[in-house]
Amino acid sequence: MSGSAILLQFLNGLAGASSLFLVAAGLSLIFGVSRIVNFAHGSLYMLGMYLAVSLSASIGFWASVPLSAALVAAVGCLIEVGFLRRIYKAPELLQLLATFALVLIIKDAALWAWGAQDMLGPRAPGLAGAVSIAGSQFPQYDLLLIVLGPAVFMALHLLLTRTRWGTLVRAATQDREMAAALGVNERRLFTAAFTLGALLAGFGGASAIPREPASLEIDLGVIADAFVVVVVGGLGSIPGAFLAALLIGEVKAFCIGLGYSELTLAIEFIVMALVLVLRPWGLLGRPLPQVRGAGTVEPPLPAPSFLLLAALAALLAVVPAFSGPYTVVLLTDILVFALFAASLHFLMGPGGMPSFGHAAYFGLGAYAAGLLLLRAHLPMELSLALAPLAAGVGALIFGWFCVQLSGVYLAMLTLAFAQIAWSIAFQWDELTGGSNGLIGVWPAPWLASKQAYYYLTLVLCLGAVALLWRLIYSPFGYALRAARDSPLRAEAIGIDVRIQQWAAFGVAGLFAGVGGALYAFSKGSISPETLSVPRSVDGLVMVLLGGVQTLSGPLWGAALFTWLEDSLSRGVEYWRAAIGAVILVLVMAFPQGIAGFLKQRFLK
Amino acid sequence: MKKLLLFLTLLSLTNPVFAQAIKIGELNSYKVFPAFLEPYKKGWELALEEINRSGGVLGRKLEVVSRDDGGTPGDAVRVAEELISREQAAVLMGTFASNVGLAVANLAQQRKVVFMAAEPLTDKIVWENGNRYTFRLRPSTYMQVAMLVPEAARLKKKRWAIVYPNYEYGQSATASFKKLLAKAQPDVEFVAEQTPPLGKIDAGAVVQALLEAKPDAIFSSLFAVDLQKFVREGNTRGLFKSAAVVNLLGGEPEYLDTLKDETPEGWWVTGYPWSEINTPEHKKFSDAYEKRWKDYPRVGSVVGYTALHAVANGIRKAGSLQSDKLIAALEGLQMETPFGQILWRPIDHQSTMGAYVGQLAKKGGQGVMVNWHYADGAKYQPSDQEVRALRKE
Repeated sequence: MSGSAILLQFLNGLAGASSLFLVAAGLSLIFGVSRIVNFAHGSLYMLGMYLAVSLSASIGFWASVPLSAALVAAVGCLIEVGFLRRIYKAPELLQLLATFALVLIIKDAALWAWGAQDMLGPRAPGLAGAVSIAGSQFPQYDLLLIVLGPAVFMALHLLLTRTRWGTLVRAATQDREMAAALGVNERRLFTAAFTLGALLAGFGGASAIPREPASLEIDLGVIADAFVVVVVGGLGSIPGAFLAALLIGEVKAFCIGLGYSELTLAIEFIVMALVLVLRPWGLLGRPLPQVRGAGTVEPPLPAPSFLLLAALAALLAVVPAFSGPYTVVLLTDILVFALFAASLHFLMGPGGMPSFGHAAYFGLGAYAAGLLLLRAHLPMELSLALAPLAAGVGALIFGWFCVQLSGVYLAMLTLAFAQIAWSIAFQWDELTGGSNGLIGVWPAPWLASKQAYYYLTLVLCLGAVALLWRLIYSPFGYALRAARDSPLRAEAIGIDVRIQQWAAFGVAGLFAGVGGALYAFSKGSISPETLSVPRSVDGLVMVLLGGVQTLSGPLWGAALFTWLEDSLSRGVEYWRAAIGAVILVLVMAFPQGIAGFLKQRFLK
Repeated sequence: MKKLLLFLTLLSLTNPVFAQAIKIGELNSYKVFPAFLEPYKKGWELALEEINRSGGVLGRKLEVVSRDDGGTPGDAVRVAEELISREQAAVLMGTFASNVGLAVANLAQQRKVVFMAAEPLTDKIVWENGNRYTFRLRPSTYMQVAMLVPEAARLKKKRWAIVYPNYEYGQSATASFKKLLAKAQPDVEFVAEQTPPLGKIDAGAVVQALLEAKPDAIFSSLFAVDLQKFVREGNTRGLFKSAAVVNLLGGEPEYLDTLKDETPEGWWVTGYPWSEINTPEHKKFSDAYEKRWKDYPRVGSVVGYTALHAVANGIRKAGSLQSDKLIAALEGLQMETPFGQILWRPIDHQSTMGAYVGQLAKKGGQGVMVNWHYADGAKYQPSDQEVRALRKE
């Protein structure tokens, strides 16, 4: 690269960093105060874009930016008051489920309001052209963005350090119970912080329209980037987010400038993995204070009802005799996802380690099954038996790094590893078939009929679930739960906490791999989506929907979610929004999850 | 009572209205790619109305059972299973993304059901992963690249840079372009390659990196959001002043119409200049379409419309719904389409539907195609020998 090229890519990086920071700042603020992992932040950003594009046609670009930001802030305020406020006391991460439902609803609302076609916004009047820098043309608007990021940063910094409101926010970020005890009106503070966060998201979206068209796909892309920035910077730290945005913006620009553009597929996740391995709390973050609340004290699990599982198995075994062939296909999917959710639950519930990247092990199992069959030419039965080992080994490798962390940092590191695994599967054309994946992964002839395969799935999935349940009540399971509930005391009585957690990763990965391998053979093909973020999110949704503090919850969650998707997508035009609405209602009505609710209702 | 039953039975035997409808199982990623698939759906809905108005097929009505496939291969396979086993669909039709199309094609082979892959562009669906149950309508990535290569060679530019979305479509477009252009113009040099993630191009940095390589010309297979960002940054930074551009799919209304006054003039593209095609077969289609939907047709509309007509024609010719007979009927089937006559190639089940090749221009603040001609898909195929080798036959 020449000197001028370096300068220009540096400026490109700064402009990119500014727009990253604008979304990440709001997310960090919201998380810092309310501990909400706000999946809908990207949707608010998208809303800001659509509003700005349509408003700028009538009132001009410059007026549309603040107006759109204000409108999005109002939406944010409504979301907080209408939904999130009601579930602050629910188990941790449940708010995540509510915001996920909002993602689905907002996406379909935008499709309904603005239609399917992407909308390219206007150029910014007055800053439409380019200036000459080192012999190259550089967009004037990007210069404004370069200034805008630091300006918003300074404004936020002053707000948080120099005003009374800012002091309260910081107090709540550090210890929200203490702040409440001292008479701070928590409710109002949370609402204000969420509204401000939404305002920043809307502002970020609106100010991006001269560079980027409004499209329905932007929400998930933005949220992933914003999460990475927030976590790399350190949760709740605005200066950290700024630094992280700079780092990632520049790394991206220079990857492209130096001709390694294929790296940009996963570069932010590689950066995140590196940062978290070296600095477990992000660049400028501090260890998270313990949140005290109703949701954090987990009651001990009741004895597992293997009887229930046996009854369920018996019931499922006679289903094919009374139903059409499609029911068997759908039930096969449900069983596979039930095992997937149960393995994630093992990690999240008894293990106390939330994973945002559990699809990695599901996908590893699926790919291993496909590769053993197609590339190593092993018999199908052997491929199915060996594939979970690959997932288990993968989980042990990733887990070794993850168990050094805790909470959301741990979850984000699992996400980073999953994304890296995804990008390898996506890029390694010769081995994995690249973006198209592996085609022709069919079961052996004796299992080819839907019924035969269903029975195989039934035996393996419920067997695996029974094994998982058994493990939770083995000495290993007790040690794991001790490590979750009180790591210090567990250490003191001689339990090696890290080893227990590491082993839990291996076990969860292994069982997710069983699910993945079964999935591969039931579909006949596998593509990178089996280890993508949406698949991981589906797993989370199933576990949370069913109830993370129960044993059978993940099974009900998986069944309900898969069935909802299958039946709503068939009959309802805006089926994504419909799923979102159902989830939202369930979250509001049963914050303990379905199984949790049933237990409360009938077993007390 | 008995008499009434007898009467009804006789009626159902003689009157086609009482015969059971022929079910076509249609699945597509309607909520993931709505910009392309809403026009597609309107296209096949129009065709369905036409077919049934003219008496249906084999004396029976045609019915399309349409499903959202969720946009992932796993969900799509389940949906296809549902269409086959619960709905008893005689034929499958649809899909958009290549990975979904390939997964459903593979299932079609497993379940021995004919699959009309309407949209997927991937070469593999008829070649490496082709099977006898799968037919594909749209001109493939290879064909569309081959249509653009003569224009690219005529530019007589030596230094070419390439930008493509980082997945199979972009990769195979790039590979085909390099191979075909090097054959047409042996002194060509490829000086830079940029492959941004699909939908997430960092356009400023990419344009800057391309400028740095000082290319005479650029081959791009970007589309949708990536194309819009690339065009705007390139316009601002003056990339297109110094370099000619050839862009796959850039003239399709789905992507072109969003560019408006940013439309870069002079680019060579494949596309669909719907407002300027005056052939009677296209006029008939576009008039009917605009009358029915109060909207102009997109590429997706033509694809949906033609795909369902192809299925209907195949069934008519076969006189049966049996997969084997249907395959035999579709192989070599000739039919009218809005783009003119096409043939379903027996060798690889690819239709010879072509695309329009032309240059972009601005007209009244809108992007249009000028200097265009129709490139007949039959002319842009590798040799039969190569095809057989790819299909491992």
